[in-house]
Amino acid sequence: MENTNEVTLQMLQKQVDVLTKKVGKLEKNRKDQLSIAVVSGDLDKVLAAMVISLAAAAMDTQVKLFFSFWSLSALRDPKKHPKGKDFISKMFGMMLPTGKDKLSLSNMNMGGMGPMMIKMLMKKQNVMSLGEMFKQAGELGVEITICEMSMGLMGFKAEEMIDYPHLRYAGAATFVADAGESAMQLFI
Amino acid sequence: MTTEELKNVTSNLVVDARGTACPGPLLAAKKAIGELESGEIMEILSADEGTKNDIPRWCEKVGHEYLGFYDEDSFSRLFLIKE
Repeated sequence: MENTNEVTLQMLQKQVDVLTKKVGKLEKNRKDQLSIAVVSGDLDKVLAAMVISLAAAAMDTQVKLFFSFWSLSALRDPKKHPKGKDFISKMFGMMLPTGKDKLSLSNMNMGGMGPMMIKMLMKKQNVMSLGEMFKQAGELGVEITICEMSMGLMGFKAEEMIDYPHLRYAGAATFVADAGESAMQLFI
Repeated sequence: MTTEELKNVTSNLVVDARGTACPGPLLAAKKAIGELESGEIMEILSADEGTKNDIPRWCEKVGHEYLGFYDEDSFSRLFLIKE
């Protein structure tokens, strides 16, 4: 009789071990973390990404932003002028917006009138400016990863990007790994 | 809590976030919460309607006890107890 009990206990212990391992894995898989792939460089969409990020960070959610393609324009610092670019990179650099204050709207851009009006309305309605949002995001520990491949594609150099406290350069696998362990993933 | 009860609450800290729209009031509350001890009461002043929904959700998530709100002429007062 005693022997049977022992066997059952051992079996239970084994099952508990297996479950503990699984739960640990599940918890690791789904962190209280938000990953956003920010691809669009439109003012409205970058604004949306930043507002959601700030709200999440304020709610103690770890936020990881992956900036790629057009969104890189939002991270350019207009005061920085890198040297040594080839012809096509220079052309691209001239055609793309130099920083977050120069982004256009995805709708009703009207040759720059739209963004001007939106910025006026934002001020009137006490909405933070994009610049202020980046500052707050930095203070709240929002991480920004810049897609290395997009940098090369657009001919941007690290020297022309904004000074941001939690900035790094990486590839798509980094986004996949970050997004895989995040409870929330968005594509903007 | 009812409006009458809330009006009698003595707050340990008042956060005036009337000059900022979403997500400003939430950020202001988050920044100020560190100044309070556990069990102390925070009062948030907000002119942003969405805050009335956002603050209770924030409390629910991070563990503070949301007490409720009442409206003034052009803004609302929201109350919570720090976890």
